[in-house]
Amino acid sequence: MSAVLTLRDVRLRRGARQILAGVSLEVACGGIIAIMGPSGSGKTTLLRAIAGLERIGAGTIHVAGVTLTPARPPAATLRALHRGVGLVFQFHHLFEHLSVTMNICLAPVHAYGVRPGDAERRARELLTLLEVDHRAAAMPRELSGGEAQRVAIARALAVDPPLLMLDEPTASLDPARRAALGELLQRLAGENRTILVATHDEPFAQQWSTSMLRIEDGAIA
Amino acid sequence: MEADPEQPDRLVGFDVEIAALLARGLGRTPRFVFVGYTSIDQSVARGDADIGLSGIEDTPSRRASMAPTVPYYAFREVLSVRTADVSRFHTLADLAGRRVGTLGGTIAYDILLAGAREHGLQPVSYDDDVHPYSDLVLGRLDAVLLDHVVADRRRRIVSGFSIAPDAVAIGHYVGVLAPQNTALRAAVDDILRQSMRDGTLERIFRRWQVWNDDQPALFARVLAGVPIEPVAGTGRRTSSATDSAWGATTRYLPSLVRAAGVTILLSCLAMALAVLLGCVIASGRVYGGRLVRALLTGYVELVRGTPLLLQLFVLYYGLGEAVRLPAFLAALLGLALNYAAYESEIYRGALEAVPAGQLEAGRALGLTELQVLRLVRGPQAFRLALAPMTNDFVALLKDSSLVSVLTVVELTKQTQIFAANVGSWVVPGALCAALYLLMSIPLASLARRLERRWKAPAS
Repeated sequence: MSAVLTLRDVRLRRGARQILAGVSLEVACGGIIAIMGPSGSGKTTLLRAIAGLERIGAGTIHVAGVTLTPARPPAATLRALHRGVGLVFQFHHLFEHLSVTMNICLAPVHAYGVRPGDAERRARELLTLLEVDHRAAAMPRELSGGEAQRVAIARALAVDPPLLMLDEPTASLDPARRAALGELLQRLAGENRTILVATHDEPFAQQWSTSMLRIEDGAIA
Repeated sequence: MEADPEQPDRLVGFDVEIAALLARGLGRTPRFVFVGYTSIDQSVARGDADIGLSGIEDTPSRRASMAPTVPYYAFREVLSVRTADVSRFHTLADLAGRRVGTLGGTIAYDILLAGAREHGLQPVSYDDDVHPYSDLVLGRLDAVLLDHVVADRRRRIVSGFSIAPDAVAIGHYVGVLAPQNTALRAAVDDILRQSMRDGTLERIFRRWQVWNDDQPALFARVLAGVPIEPVAGTGRRTSSATDSAWGATTRYLPSLVRAAGVTILLSCLAMALAVLLGCVIASGRVYGGRLVRALLTGYVELVRGTPLLLQLFVLYYGLGEAVRLPAFLAALLGLALNYAAYESEIYRGALEAVPAGQLEAGRALGLTELQVLRLVRGPQAFRLALAPMTNDFVALLKDSSLVSVLTVVELTKQTQIFAANVGSWVVPGALCAALYLLMSIPLASLARRLERRWKAPAS
């Protein structure tokens, strides 16, 4: 199995604080990988760096067929990166002014030139897969926390990225919904899709992940 | 009268000397009260001054609503044209389709209104008697109709225009007093007659180079007690003196509604342009480099820190030598450039109020910065900006009245003309207020509906 994600000595500094202090790891295709660690250990920053939202200070990240370095990535690199990596934020950040369907269709139509009809069909499929198809016309503020999370997952999956990352997905879920999320992730993970979950929820990671990594003080422990 | 060039806060002119003459005769001290020309009657009627003097014309409406003195000077309404046009334009009939300027609320303006009906000329009303001549020379007007006193004085200062030899009409200057002030008026009339007899008035007029053969004839008729027609030579009744208030209202209502149309058209176009420019400025200030940000901040501060009225003057008259903008375009640009600064501040605040997470979500999905602005940040900011924007639109609707200084006849200006001609602000003011409300209230309710719709679920 080839690696979907490789990090070599990735460092990232914010002011005087070293957030990532030489992270190296390799993630093979398929499965659910949990990145564990206490709050402030650098989990979220790691996901943001892989998603291209933070520039790294040193090292390299190979993901989705592109290589990120401390240099500013060209637009083509970013487009390939965003097509290959989906990120679900802890607080979802659904577009407040757009309906659920439009949230999912926005990037495929405008960033990747998918025809609106095709994008809507794909959105309906995803919403059905995630069991929130009855909320297709709702606005984000009308959704429950669990529904918003599923819509955010659907939005991240809209262009079918091989790597899906979730940041603290269980933070606001009750036990029943945590189990449902675990089952969902299991269904989504497969040969062509790897799921990376940053969490400090030990029992969730134990139960649902296929492998676990620990990060402490900005480095893999 | 005018400011003394050597001592700008001192006024000089034959009316100043006549005021001194009257004060001496009455045993009083003359004290100058500054009032806009078109408001002198109303100001005297409410008691700001006892006597109004400043080339005030004897008109039927003034005789009906005020207590004017005996006429003390006969003037000719004369046509001024650019020197190059002397052979083309002799009379009002030659000016069909041409723009002819004058001071608003005067006999000359009434004559031009009649000329518009009879010959199809376009009357242009000014608030002062200086800018019509500069606009004539610049080519914004094709002729100016005003008193020969004013025309002669302007020609000594400004070159490039000539005065047609024939008078369009003959009028008279009077002093004006409040209608109940008839005892004082009788005393003033006595002083004027006495100074006609003893040559004092003649000496004053000669000193100011305005003495001519018309004056001895006028003096003789005044001293003989012959009734004097307010306006002679036009061959028709030019003013609304004998109109009832209702008659005047029905006569002026169509022009008020037309002027309201100008107001709403000007406001809508100016706002659309201001919104467009405001978006560009706000985007530049949020996304631009240091130089762009500094330039745009400078623009916003300059525009917000100086009066709109000054900006309009600079745009229309100040740049007049270089760029000859038509009045409506100058008004539109002036309002739009001014409001763009205010709009840009609203949009900048709204853009910065959109949570960073929304922008990151857009970037993480592969949208470019421009797409994030266009599809996520812009629409969300717009909803935040809508309420203050509506507020500004209503403010602009009313600020558009300032463009009357550029000769654009919008609602407030038309009301002023109406009020000057009927000699009262009661009916014109009420009608004007009603028309403004008719425009601003639907606007506010439309904005409320839009706000509600955009906040409601899209389903």
